[in-house]
Amino acid sequence: MEQFTPLVRSKDQRPIRYLVVDDSIFARKNLAKMIESFGGQVAGEAGDGCTAIAEYTRTQPDIVLMDITMPQMEGIEAAERIVRQSPDARIVMVSSVGYQENIIAALQKGARHFVQKPVKPEVLYEVVKYVLGDSAAASAAQAAAGVTP
Amino acid sequence: MKMELIQPFINAADAVLAQALQAPTTIGEVSMEEEAYRRKGIAAMVLVNGDIEGRVIFDLEPKAARVITSKLMGTNNPDSDEFVPEAICELANQVIGNAVTVLNDQGFNFKVHPPEVHTSPRGIGNSEDTEAVVMCFETNTGAVFMNIAMRYNRRRKNDGD
Repeated sequence: MEQFTPLVRSKDQRPIRYLVVDDSIFARKNLAKMIESFGGQVAGEAGDGCTAIAEYTRTQPDIVLMDITMPQMEGIEAAERIVRQSPDARIVMVSSVGYQENIIAALQKGARHFVQKPVKPEVLYEVVKYVLGDSAAASAAQAAAGVTP
Repeated sequence: MKMELIQPFINAADAVLAQALQAPTTIGEVSMEEEAYRRKGIAAMVLVNGDIEGRVIFDLEPKAARVITSKLMGTNNPDSDEFVPEAICELANQVIGNAVTVLNDQGFNFKVHPPEVHTSPRGIGNSEDTEAVVMCFETNTGAVFMNIAMRYNRRRKNDGD
């Protein structure tokens, strides 16, 4: 997989920590590979919305990648609950179902962005960079040193 | 079943498979099927309900399923079966999700359920008022079958009553 200039936290130059939420183990593995290529670190994983809320509280990630269609509790509801308890939470919805109503609902509930599956690494990288804004920096130094988290 | 229902699935399957395989696909045989569907390899089923109700089965020949899984995982180990059912479910999820996105933007509202691995060697029957369309996508790794059985439950909003 293509390697990207590592994204690190501006405040301490540590790798960005991700919470990956998807009911498909395969999709989670795939996203984890992309995260690795971004120089990030998977802080936690969840296969449904309820577990995602608990994992968010436990891991306090920098960003959440959240699927929509999941058993028990869907991603939009989980995003809403996470944002209710942590208004600064940065959540990117990652779903194959990308129709307007869904996207609008997710954004209204507090998600910051939407990426449609199949996920292109270069698209996700740009979205993560955009959503993290000033909290993240592309670390050319780490890239040059070949540092991996 | 009307073409307006089928075409988004064909387009989505074509696009998702081409991206997964990094190679073009061609549509082979298309047929109508009234008999219960019997799977041909590794299959995943996705149910939808709402203005349109039904199911889509995404069925890959075992070799194609293994190669696609390994390509999606970025590995060169097409002999491993470990993640194949998961990968096919995710592939089905992406195809159906993309098709549903197009149909929803055309005015149809429905809910997509999470994909399930279809393991039964026995067929899945169609309901009395649906017939299935089966199409075969020829890929450079083998055949991929898509079986769509759907019916209108309600007309879309902008068609009126």
